[in-house]
Amino acid sequence: MWVIVRLTAREVQRRKLLWMALALGFVFVTLFAVGFHCVHQELISQVGMGRSELQIFVNFFLTAGLYVINFLSVMMAVLTSVGTVSGEIDSHTIQSLATKPVRRWEILLGKWTAYAGMLAIYMACLGGGLFLVVHLIADYTPQNWLGTIGFLTLEGWVILAVTFLGGTFLSTLTNGVLAFMLYGIAFVGGWVEQIGSLMQSEAAVNIGIVTSLLLPSEALWRRAAHLMQPALIRSLPSNPFGTASVPSPAMVVYAGLYIVVLLAVGLWVFGRRDL
Amino acid sequence: MTNVIETHHLRKEYGEKVAVADLTLQIERGEVFGFLGPNGAGKTTVVKMLLGLAAPTAGSAQVLGRPLGDTAIRARIGFLPEHFRFHEWLQAAEFLDLHGQLLGLTAGQRAKRIPQLLNLVELADAAGRRLSTFSKGMLQRIGLAQALLPDPDLVILDEPTSGLDPLGRRLVRDVINQLKVAGTAVFLNSHLLSEVEVTCDRVAFIKEGRIIRTARLGALVEGVTEVVIQVGRVTPELLDGLRRWSSDLRVDGRRITMTIQDEEILPLLSQWVVDQGAGLYALSPQQISLEELFVRVVEGQE
Repeated sequence: MWVIVRLTAREVQRRKLLWMALALGFVFVTLFAVGFHCVHQELISQVGMGRSELQIFVNFFLTAGLYVINFLSVMMAVLTSVGTVSGEIDSHTIQSLATKPVRRWEILLGKWTAYAGMLAIYMACLGGGLFLVVHLIADYTPQNWLGTIGFLTLEGWVILAVTFLGGTFLSTLTNGVLAFMLYGIAFVGGWVEQIGSLMQSEAAVNIGIVTSLLLPSEALWRRAAHLMQPALIRSLPSNPFGTASVPSPAMVVYAGLYIVVLLAVGLWVFGRRDL
Repeated sequence: MTNVIETHHLRKEYGEKVAVADLTLQIERGEVFGFLGPNGAGKTTVVKMLLGLAAPTAGSAQVLGRPLGDTAIRARIGFLPEHFRFHEWLQAAEFLDLHGQLLGLTAGQRAKRIPQLLNLVELADAAGRRLSTFSKGMLQRIGLAQALLPDPDLVILDEPTSGLDPLGRRLVRDVINQLKVAGTAVFLNSHLLSEVEVTCDRVAFIKEGRIIRTARLGALVEGVTEVVIQVGRVTPELLDGLRRWSSDLRVDGRRITMTIQDEEILPLLSQWVVDQGAGLYALSPQQISLEELFVRVVEGQE
């Protein structure tokens, strides 16, 4: 399996995928740093905010930045991995691997592991970069910042599990459409749950929970955002990144199981299909 | 002698479509076996089943003494696919190294074997070039090197010469001959009958997913013969009598053309025609080429 991991990792490097994504990510973090620095200076010098008010602002700004990174990592997860299985089946490239003394599950799991590693590096660099920028400029490090990066990485892995399962029996295009549709449903479902929670509509909250079960990506984002927010921000009803309805730790366990089950089904399908 | 490939009533259906209807076949150790048939006859599907890429709908088979789908045995099989596509962002030597790793070769074995094989397929100068810059013929040759990496007991080549120029074809022919000398069995899927004719020990003709004829190539070239008989008078009795020796009988005026399986019957045949009082003017045996036989077999004349 490790030969496949190395092959895939080398492919990611050779195709300049990771480097391109990291370079653009660096541009984003730099822009964020400049923007954040200017606004932060303005707030300190003119408004004369108190420390706790300033912390609310900084945390809000940081959450907005993380939201962008979260979105970028979802795009990255789908776009890079959507054709890795189905594309190689269509082009018959997979035949040269599957006729070697390697089990089919090793091929699939090896590829997944390499992409999961790439996403973890991407998230660590971009998320870590954002936390570092905020720490240097505002001398602020939110609570659970490492856990936040972890949850956002887990979210990318959830998306990867979807595209890998889809890749074992769908065409590349259909697989990509499916992954984005599921993400869209989970995204809208998450907002319905938020608003439902504020309006105390049980039906709306339940819709959100069902969509989170379908794809726990948005739920993981909300859990990650909630973890790093101070209690004061959590209580603000008008915060667009607020988490009126916080997914429970059980949802995190569910996301882990979700990855395991989807990959297991993918291995089962891939192990039995004709190549 | 042990068989390297043994199939029993192998069948493969894709939904309603039957790709391979009923395939029973034995290939001996060290044998170079040609698998011939028109497009869509099921040749590639048979290869896929033998390599565990596709599961048979019915029947059973053994490759190198192990049932289909056995993973470990693939370390002793070399395979060059028909639709030749590898990871084209790899360099040639890197590509062979990766496949060596997949085959479980040690670093020492790979370091020794890869330069040898690059020399053999005349790509030593291109070792550091990416496969994406290779011509079709070069890709086919590096694919052949990949198939020979494990020092295999069985090599399966699916249309190995389709992208090659005459020099490339000769290279493949030489490689097959070397394998034959080394006692490696070769299963060759090819449309290029001239190649098959000079390399194979035995051939099978497959049509609509069934083997319709297998023959030793020596016997084909030397023994299976077409005979042209010129007589004074063609009678229905004469034709009926000749059908004892051949079902493939064509009459053109006073010329009768027929194929026979064994040259030994020629004296008997001429004696019989003379005895019938038909007036034997000429009886000339003519060799038929593999191509001619192929056309007749797949068009159902044999």
